[in-house]
Amino acid sequence: MSSPVAGRHFLRSRHTEFILVGSALTLLGVIFPVLNAHGLMSDFTITLWGKYLCYALLAISVDLLWGYTGLLSLGQALFFSLGGYMFGMYLMLLIGPLGSYAKAGQNPAGLPDFMVFLGHTFLPPFWRPFHSFSFALMMVFALPGFVALVFGFLAFRSRIKGVYFSILTQALTYAASILFFRNDLTMGGNNGFTDFKFILGYSLVDNDTGPATMRGLFVASVVVLLLVCLGCHWLNGTKFGLVRQAIRDGENRVLFSGYATAHYKLFVFVAAAMIAGIGGALFVPQAGIINPDEMTPEKSIEAVVWVAVGGRGTLLGPIVGAIGINALRSWATHAYPDSWLIVLGAIFLIVVLFLPGGVISLPSKIAAFWKDREKSSPAPTSAVSAAATKPAPDHA
Amino acid sequence: MSHPILTVEDVSKSYDGFKAISDLTFYLFSGELRTVIGPNGAGKSTFFDLITGRARPDKGRIEFSATDADQGRDLTSLNEYEINRLGIGRKFQTPSVYVEHTVWNNLVLSLKGPRGVFASLFHRLSSTERDRLDELLKLIRLDAKREWKAGLLAHGEKQWLEIGMLLAQEPKVLLVDEPAAGMTDEETHRTGELLLSLAGKHSLVVIEHDMTFVRQIARDNPVTVLHQGHVLCEGKFDEVQANPKVREVYLGRGKHGTR
Repeated sequence: MSSPVAGRHFLRSRHTEFILVGSALTLLGVIFPVLNAHGLMSDFTITLWGKYLCYALLAISVDLLWGYTGLLSLGQALFFSLGGYMFGMYLMLLIGPLGSYAKAGQNPAGLPDFMVFLGHTFLPPFWRPFHSFSFALMMVFALPGFVALVFGFLAFRSRIKGVYFSILTQALTYAASILFFRNDLTMGGNNGFTDFKFILGYSLVDNDTGPATMRGLFVASVVVLLLVCLGCHWLNGTKFGLVRQAIRDGENRVLFSGYATAHYKLFVFVAAAMIAGIGGALFVPQAGIINPDEMTPEKSIEAVVWVAVGGRGTLLGPIVGAIGINALRSWATHAYPDSWLIVLGAIFLIVVLFLPGGVISLPSKIAAFWKDREKSSPAPTSAVSAAATKPAPDHA
Repeated sequence: MSHPILTVEDVSKSYDGFKAISDLTFYLFSGELRTVIGPNGAGKSTFFDLITGRARPDKGRIEFSATDADQGRDLTSLNEYEINRLGIGRKFQTPSVYVEHTVWNNLVLSLKGPRGVFASLFHRLSSTERDRLDELLKLIRLDAKREWKAGLLAHGEKQWLEIGMLLAQEPKVLLVDEPAAGMTDEETHRTGELLLSLAGKHSLVVIEHDMTFVRQIARDNPVTVLHQGHVLCEGKFDEVQANPKVREVYLGRGKHGTR
């Protein structure tokens, strides 16, 4: 029988987990573009996987809050969309003479098409800085971060916790979606932004150069995901990581040990919002569209399902969950368009009931099962499997 | 007599019209070990809540002065973590340890030191801190289980771990709520010895129900009896036990006041 020592995750340690995630992503980032460049993988497939990786960033943002800190946010898709919108503004301004109105000679001010359609004659002042890539990139982090900072400050200062926090985050994203549906926000209304042509001077749509741009975006998504994983891995090994998980398991004890838990929660909330934001920014050019549907509460709840299915409180879990569920969706909405939601619901139920540690806890469950059968001894394994569901970071 | 390290004067606290604490006055002197007893609902835990900032008094004064020279620091305007940082540590009635963390990390988190977000991002354990942790682990007899998840410890061991976590904070005042709950007789006795050894260097307030344990730790130290939110009487254990009022409200009930 194994000793009830902490950190006996099926990957044995968080370092092994990180090495696995890192090498898998690196391989993905090399193999897929090579296959695509040689015509062995369709442009559609590589772009689809690029979007999965962006969803993985959203899932990591949910996991940072829910899995590691115990804050179930049902509004992370808001930050994903805000990041997407900020980057989308830059992409919209690059369309220029290729827009439908411009081609017809009806767009002297060079506005995005939806503005011409709504009768605008000049670019709203807040749009102007988005001609600059660096400004847009800064806003991809700044706007989600700022919204999270203000909302989080108010929520955590008032000690809003548990289900109340979840409901408020959901209300926030719902309110934002209503705001973005309005045409007078000049953010494209219910159609949002679409029909992008260029990014940093490279064509997104050209038959010859477009696929290379998409490969570049795929590699950028892999690199960002790798960097985020590296950051999370580092954070897990710090005392901050310990405090964060202690807040999840017993906030009172942390508070009565002299830690201002609200500051810690705020830090995580803002960081998670920024990670979701960069995920959204990478998503928009690959998906070719961003609209307020992306910030409806359903989207955020879906991200929570990915994390639950993958395995929360781990580095690998949210990535596996986001890619797995979305790949399944791509296939099932095609093969069984009517029953896809039932499939998703069934998967969620099965995981919640039988695999609380998510699919990544499956190998350790199977191993424990075989060990039991071999020994056929009545030795309890509950301690071992309890230790296996969540890895404890080893503090250096 | 020396200056009280903790001053609680004319404090009242009501919850929805129920007076949990009424006109309570209490002084704790430096280095003292004070035991607080009282029947259920006497306001013992509320009393700790008021000192540690979890609840605010409706009226009255609660002050802390680390040394005799200090001006009393008003605690009623501070919150939990600020009060803890002044040097007041609290052990809860139900053991509250971080169940998903190892015993070692539970203590790491409690170790005295900077508590800020950015400090925690770049904190590395120094060798002095490691030595201190080793020392604490031996003291609470969890040396061999340092890599265990705290959630897997026995109930009594969790209680000890929480006491260890409290000591790691190096508080000036320790507020200890029912440390012996759920312990075997031998563990209870050892807990008593530990608390007695802390007196002098630290000032302690111990809430307890178990009369054998109270007798052990009270010795010549004063015992405070709470009843219906105020102090019924104070004195040595034998005097208190002999007090007819105390016998009536507390000790007389049940057999010998044990749970």
